Amino acid sequence: MLRIECPCCGLRDHDEFRYGGDASVTRPAHDDPDPEAWYRYVYVRANPAGLHREFWQHVIGCRQWLVVERDTRNHAIASVELARQLSARKSPARKPPA
Amino acid sequence: MSSNHKRLSMGGRIDREQPVEFTFDGRKLIGYRGDTLASALLANGVTLVGRSFKYHRPRGIFSAGPEEPNALVTLATAGRRQPNLPATTLELADGMVAESQNRWPSLAFDVQSANGLLAPFLSAGFYYKTFMGPTRRAWMFYEHFIRKAAGLGRADTDLDSDRYDISHAFADVAIIGGGPAGLSAARAAAAAGARVALIEQDFLLGGQLLAEPSDSAAAAWLRQAEAELESSEPVTLMKRTTAFGIYDGNVIGLVEQCDPGNPLLAGEARQTFTMLRVRSIVFATGAIERPMVFSNNDRPGVMLASAARTYLNRFAVLPGKKIIVGTGNDGAWRAAFDLADAGAEVTIADVRAAPPTALATEAGRLGVMVRVATRVVDVRRGHAVRRATLNGPDGQSEAACDLVCVSGGWSPTVHLTSHLGVKPEYRDDIGGFVPGAFAADRFGAGSMMGIYSTTDAIEDGHRAGTAAASFCGKSAPVPAPSKLDLGETATVPFREIPSLGRGKAFVDFQMDVTTGDIELAHREGYESVEHLKRYTTLGMGTEQGKTSNFAALAAMAALRNATIPETGATTFRPPYTPVAIGALAGRAIGHHFKPIRRTPMHDWHMANGAEMLEVGLWMRPYFYRQSGLDVNDAYVAEMRNVRQAAGLMDISTLGKIDVQGPDAAIFLDRIYANGFAKLPVGRARYGVMLRDDGIVFDDGTTTRLAENRFFMTTSTAKAADVLSRLEFLLDTAWPDLRVTVTSVSDEWAAMSVAGPKSRAILSAAFPALDVSDAALAHMGLLESEWQGRALRILRLSYSGERAYEIYVGATAGQQLWSRLLEAGGPLDLKPYGVEALGALRVEKGHVAGPEIDGRTTLDDLGLGRMAGKRAGFVGDLLRRRPAFQAPDRQRLVGLECIEEGKRLRGGAILFLPGEKPYGHGRGRVTSVTFSPERGHYVGLALLAGDVASEGSEVVAVYPMKAETVRARIVSPVFLDPQGERLHG
Repeated sequence: MLRIECPCCGLRDHDEFRYGGDASVTRPAHDDPDPEAWYRYVYVRANPAGLHREFWQHVIGCRQWLVVERDTRNHAIASVELARQLSARKSPARKPPA
Repeated sequence: MSSNHKRLSMGGRIDREQPVEFTFDGRKLIGYRGDTLASALLANGVTLVGRSFKYHRPRGIFSAGPEEPNALVTLATAGRRQPNLPATTLELADGMVAESQNRWPSLAFDVQSANGLLAPFLSAGFYYKTFMGPTRRAWMFYEHFIRKAAGLGRADTDLDSDRYDISHAFADVAIIGGGPAGLSAARAAAAAGARVALIEQDFLLGGQLLAEPSDSAAAAWLRQAEAELESSEPVTLMKRTTAFGIYDGNVIGLVEQCDPGNPLLAGEARQTFTMLRVRSIVFATGAIERPMVFSNNDRPGVMLASAARTYLNRFAVLPGKKIIVGTGNDGAWRAAFDLADAGAEVTIADVRAAPPTALATEAGRLGVMVRVATRVVDVRRGHAVRRATLNGPDGQSEAACDLVCVSGGWSPTVHLTSHLGVKPEYRDDIGGFVPGAFAADRFGAGSMMGIYSTTDAIEDGHRAGTAAASFCGKSAPVPAPSKLDLGETATVPFREIPSLGRGKAFVDFQMDVTTGDIELAHREGYESVEHLKRYTTLGMGTEQGKTSNFAALAAMAALRNATIPETGATTFRPPYTPVAIGALAGRAIGHHFKPIRRTPMHDWHMANGAEMLEVGLWMRPYFYRQSGLDVNDAYVAEMRNVRQAAGLMDISTLGKIDVQGPDAAIFLDRIYANGFAKLPVGRARYGVMLRDDGIVFDDGTTTRLAENRFFMTTSTAKAADVLSRLEFLLDTAWPDLRVTVTSVSDEWAAMSVAGPKSRAILSAAFPALDVSDAALAHMGLLESEWQGRALRILRLSYSGERAYEIYVGATAGQQLWSRLLEAGGPLDLKPYGVEALGALRVEKGHVAGPEIDGRTTLDDLGLGRMAGKRAGFVGDLLRRRPAFQAPDRQRLVGLECIEEGKRLRGGAILFLPGEKPYGHGRGRVTSVTFSPERGHYVGLALLAGDVASEGSEVVAVYPMKAETVRARIVSPVFLDPQGERLHG
């Protein structure tokens, strides 16, 4: 019965969204050769009772992936951001490989 | 006896001008509009209405609301059975046909009431002790008989002929409960400017005010409040509507019953399930009166005092002539007075030594006999009470009676607030549980907060309604509430004392749980409320212990010598009252259960004898009836035709994704395990994607249309997942890649022409195109137009034969399909279905869904060399983890059946010859087909690598059909290992 405030489309019922997992883990670079880093990214989760950052995609809508901060105790949503903006901020665009 | 002989000639909220005919256990009876089934039965002197769950004891009508534990009936009319409905909530309707439950051969004479004699063996925990554990086999044998003997109404196994609707509604403030507090809250919230939804489960507003005489000040107050709310534009009155659950985000689940006075038109909904979303909620859910615990307190003729008063004042039924009112609080005295006023001979037995003198004076005036420090300890007997045993200061005495009214105090209805995780808190001053602290957007009002006087409840509702509106930013000035003083005195709690009689004293009437069961549970250590509940089944009936809960807690507290808060409170969960599954499904039944996806060629398939198969949401041709009598005949004929001539297959269901952008090649290089950067323009390549954990995700072909533009296909099943995954990686992992992905699945119709004659067929169908091997080599692309639509021909093969995938603008799909069949007819081109498609790929050793099952790696599927020494693609590192390289890791092998006349089956478990066929075996068969080329069954299997040497034997065991068959391990490519037929 969640409703998510999509930055593109406005407040929508969670039926329109698809859950996409934990957004608090950091994905290694695609060519990161450290198996440990990939192991942590794929398997190690905090499972907090409280605010949790998670991915949702507005599949029946703008199809944007969002990062939603949801309180796991009461489902209250603290923030919604476009994942693309967040990740672009983290890793500024680099020159495309030749 | 005459009809309605217990009905008074005046008063009540029934319409004597509108008689209603109904049937109970075959007996035709008359009631009136405004009756419930229960009130109409009582008016006609029917007191025995059911048999109890376990002991088959006779039961009557105990309450006047949804808390009813005894009077459960089945409504049965042509083509429709609804079991376990409380007669107390059923609005009487013309032609209603009700049946009593759990009795045989008849209600009055029930064979299994002998269970009562076996009672010592049917106590708490009996089933578990007797039939579980070492004697489990006995349970397996007896369960059927026990379930038949113990139980409720019988459900129908036919399709539900009723229709249901689902709706979504919105309001600022929801007010749950239309009693004095709720009405007052609604008036206040509406005056403050809020949009209000007032939800009332009954067909009349008023709650406990309906138990007041119909000519009283309370009735006048109610009429005024109702008129005001009905004319108030921002107020939606939802009568006959139960709020059955509260969910996150202030969503309230509602079920509304239709008005039985208006016959349903064909297709009209009997119930409507509404998801009401609001900004704040006022809980004004009232309170439920508690029974008293004494011997045989479940007999017909024992009734809650407030219910007796409701039957008298609301329904004009005098349920008894000689009445004993057992109580320990002031409220029940008001029932006694009204009953006496209506002409009954009433005795009050109050457990208190000194009830208020004002009440005693009034009792004297009305001729009500009062016995203080006295309680009911037993009643007798059979189908209706005749005598009650009273225990007072002078010892025990018997009194004749035909009705025993009881009031063990009141329990606030905290069910809905519990749904939100608000734990009930015990309040000693009212002797009951109230909700704990509310969130800022939720408010409680009236008796559900332990505020029992009507005057105070109205004040409290006014406060809550104003506050709830204010929470929504609606704060227009609210006039003071109109007052109503009924002169009630405070309800003082009293503590139940253990039963003094010798018969069974029931705590939970519906589940037949007695004080003895609670003592037993205590003795055996099931002391916590949650254990008690599960051990005795207390509160597990359809009414979830609405009347029984507190009495059980009090009994356990007394046994443990603990306080009630120490003993704990049970957690209430939705639904508050039972909800028909049909209401939750709404119109999403049958064909409307889920959407159906049809390919552009669907109509052709239907018109040409295709047997269709549901594949996810898609409808796909399974086989064509022209090919054979059944699927087994047909698929073999269809695959033979592909191998010998050519076949046409609808592959429109494949996922199709347009990948564009300057970094598209880099992107594909990362998401596929095999490389795409060097793929030349105009060429296609088979690709496999992995998940981050190294497991194979999906496969398909991707074609380079231009330097920066690719056309990707995915499996039918994973189309949505793949697109979503690609978008995820672009949005979250690699926002620097300049790539867009767009689903074009529905834009293209797709068909595959496969077989040695396929090129000739293409030449005939597209005379203007050059489809020679020079112009269109294997894995090549030809782009053109057909009938003004885009056309793409890819030379790809899934079957192992020379084959072409033809993509055309979706609207021209059927036209092109027909054109191909027309051109290919002389060359024996025939359509084939998914069964033949699957068989062809098995014969060729290609993996598909059964092998790419979310557990297999590239190496498991024999595709490890595709990745070679590449790095930097999704899943690369984790696919190389040691566990995936274990010697007994199950890998893809081919199997051929080596027993004459036998077959392999998908799902069969593989064992070594001589091995005991037990457990998970060494592997399993994933896909099978009859191979016309080999002349026997062949299959693909996943088999432990350490025993999978080609040429050795395994045994395939299929326990479902008790089949065991020997098979030889071979290469998974059963046909044309050199791939020469691709060019044939």
